[in-house]
Amino acid sequence: MSSRATNRLKIAAEIAVPLAILGGWQLWTVHAHSQFFPRLSTILVTFRKMWLFSQFGEHVVPSLERIGLGFGIAVLAGVLLGIPLFLSLCGYLLAMPHIEYWRAIPPPALLPISVVLLHSIGNTQKISFIAFFCLFPVLLNTIDGVRSIDPTLVDTARSYGVRGLARIRRIVLPAALPQIAAGMRNSLSLAVIMMVLSEYFSSTSGVGYVLLISKNTFQLAPMWAAILLIGLLGYVLNVLFILAERRVLAWHRGWRAATA
Amino acid sequence: MPGLGDAATATTVESPADQGVERAGPGIARVGQIGAVLLSVAAALAVWELVSRTGLIAERDLPSMSSSFRELWSLVQTTSFWGAFAQTVRGWALGLAVATALAVPIGILLGSSDFAARALRVPIEFLRPIPSAALIPLLFLTLGTTLRSEVFLAAFGAFWPLLVQTMYGVRDVDPLAIDTARSFGVGRFERLYRIKLPSAVPYIATGVRISSAVSLILAFTAELFMGIPGLGQKVNFAQAYGLNDQLYAYALATGFLGVAIHLVSSAAERRALRWHPSQRTAAA
Amino acid sequence: MLLEIETLSKTYGTGPKVTRAIGSVSLTVDEGEFACVVGPSGCGKTTLLKCIAGLLKPTSGEVLLRGKRVAGPPEQMALVFQEYSRSLMPWASVRNNVLLPLRHKKLKTAERRALVEEALEAVGLTTFIDHYPWQLSGGMQQRVAIARALAYQPTILLMDEPFASVDAQTRGDLEDLILRVREEFGITILFVTHDIDESVYLADRVVVLTHSPTEVKEIVPVALPRPRDQIATKELAEFAQLRAHVYRLIKREQEAGDPETLAPSVPDTRTPV
Repeated sequence: MSSRATNRLKIAAEIAVPLAILGGWQLWTVHAHSQFFPRLSTILVTFRKMWLFSQFGEHVVPSLERIGLGFGIAVLAGVLLGIPLFLSLCGYLLAMPHIEYWRAIPPPALLPISVVLLHSIGNTQKISFIAFFCLFPVLLNTIDGVRSIDPTLVDTARSYGVRGLARIRRIVLPAALPQIAAGMRNSLSLAVIMMVLSEYFSSTSGVGYVLLISKNTFQLAPMWAAILLIGLLGYVLNVLFILAERRVLAWHRGWRAATA
Repeated sequence: MPGLGDAATATTVESPADQGVERAGPGIARVGQIGAVLLSVAAALAVWELVSRTGLIAERDLPSMSSSFRELWSLVQTTSFWGAFAQTVRGWALGLAVATALAVPIGILLGSSDFAARALRVPIEFLRPIPSAALIPLLFLTLGTTLRSEVFLAAFGAFWPLLVQTMYGVRDVDPLAIDTARSFGVGRFERLYRIKLPSAVPYIATGVRISSAVSLILAFTAELFMGIPGLGQKVNFAQAYGLNDQLYAYALATGFLGVAIHLVSSAAERRALRWHPSQRTAAA
Repeated sequence: MLLEIETLSKTYGTGPKVTRAIGSVSLTVDEGEFACVVGPSGCGKTTLLKCIAGLLKPTSGEVLLRGKRVAGPPEQMALVFQEYSRSLMPWASVRNNVLLPLRHKKLKTAERRALVEEALEAVGLTTFIDHYPWQLSGGMQQRVAIARALAYQPTILLMDEPFASVDAQTRGDLEDLILRVREEFGITILFVTHDIDESVYLADRVVVLTHSPTEVKEIVPVALPRPRDQIATKELAEFAQLRAHVYRLIKREQEAGDPETLAPSVPDTRTPV
């Protein structure tokens, strides 16, 4: 088969397969009559009723807030800590055991502790929980990014007298940014997961809370609508991040392509 | 800053740890590094003890380090602790095994067939970001609070990173190696298992490391939220009944399990990576 | 005398793994001079240059710039590396790359702009001022690095095999460029190279180094007429003689430096992990 024809076939498959899956899903749920697997059409209708826009403000907004603040704090702290930690021998050696411990512990193990320590199930508790665990991918990637800066670049900066804060601002940060961005992407998907977990565990609002409540009240369609929303949230946030990354790191792609 | 400007091609970018090694010589540096780790851990434990004993954080909320470890020590001598521990390990292992058994073959298929990869691209891109945690209520209602739920959750989460890594690994083969094989008349299937698979092994090793962490998190999560027997269930129980000492003790134990799994899977990954041609430094 | 290097030595490691990269190097560079440094492969030319530039601390001896000891990279010195692509910031335009060293100097924005544009004009890259370095060819990137050094307005320019990674024709163009630039800006240049022809073509004096542990073997004055020309100058009998002389010196050094008994040569660039 000519390559043009195979290409067309591939594009056709790309479109057909998702549609087939959706169609199959609908057909199966219609015939299965299972209470746990409501019809796809019912789920979609419930989705529209709940999230567009009646419960949007009540639940989606708080969830997004928590993700946003938790992620934001984690990124800021990760970069601000990562740079000096790498540059200082003492700091690096002392901090590494802790970083290695906290990134290996399963975050849910700390959920009950976070509630106990902070005496609350409010926003602060959730945001701190999210921020704490989202810190580590960013931190580790910042350290890694700073570590792999080309020595020639650093020598250049030194020989031209670019020192201290200026060097960090103009050389270290931009050079490490691609690696930091990779860490940020991981952190973002982690933030979504932590948001769901913390809201499911202890909350009075949010998408995770809706998930819990609909399970408890045995409302399957709203539960599926919540699952769908969470999936969509994860997907959209990821896409937005990638778009932003493409713009900011356009130079990186060009550079990589040129030096390949 | 110590040591800067002294090493052979001094730059400020060599890791401070590397510089310490260069200056002091490898033997002393090892001891120094281990010493630093011990010092750091000891300091943290001391701070914990201080903070809780002086009431900076109420002892009610943060049991002292000594009482937490004491509690852990007494728990470690009970069969109930080890039962829970084994259950979590079992859930983790099964989840990881199922994920690997599915992700590696499918990953190889998708990595070697562009058609299949493109056909399934959209569903994968949509399913991948779904936090497995969102499936907890569904599993609760359908499969119930059984080991099956735990394994399903762990496997579902661990599947995706491993799938992606395997796909990358199979695709990332040096085209020159493939062309050489083809020119020698090596058949398609043989090309796959003689060239592509060995080349993909380091990627798969990295994927296993990531997936093993994910599997542990989800196994624990299933136990925590659904009351399936295991460390997570113990944590939930301790919190529900206000047994803070136990809560912290079990959290510590879970942390240690996590670290152990991380160390083992990282070590395995490093061995697989070392073997890979791209990692070997060229002979001088 | 602009630059004085007195009994400079550089040793790495201790005990059984000791490497004497530089044995004892003494030389002077006069104001306005074009001095080339050549030597057998692996004789530590780059290490020497980095010590002079203040990027490495010598084990003993000192470097004096206008009588003042060089402890770190001095302000009146600029350095051009061999790996131009790695010394330019890929995230910044050519303009901003050249601007980098000027940012911390006490200048007005307009003055900085003028310096940048002047330097880029001198190397012939004015039309590419808003391009990214990786969009340019190797030779052009090296010209950006040179422009950056020029904009910095140093008293002395150190160049570490700057044209080694460039194809032969471009190299010729760049050699002529650097000669022009020296005429125009009147800077002193210390130029390290392994290309013997290049060293004789460019220099007022050629410093020939020994094998490791490095010392100065001989300083060869080059009295060829200026301005130099790629064709005319290289046709001169004197050029051939000087070239042969330097070549012989180096060849003798290379043969004398028997690999079995030599201290291992120090790698010039860090091996990536």
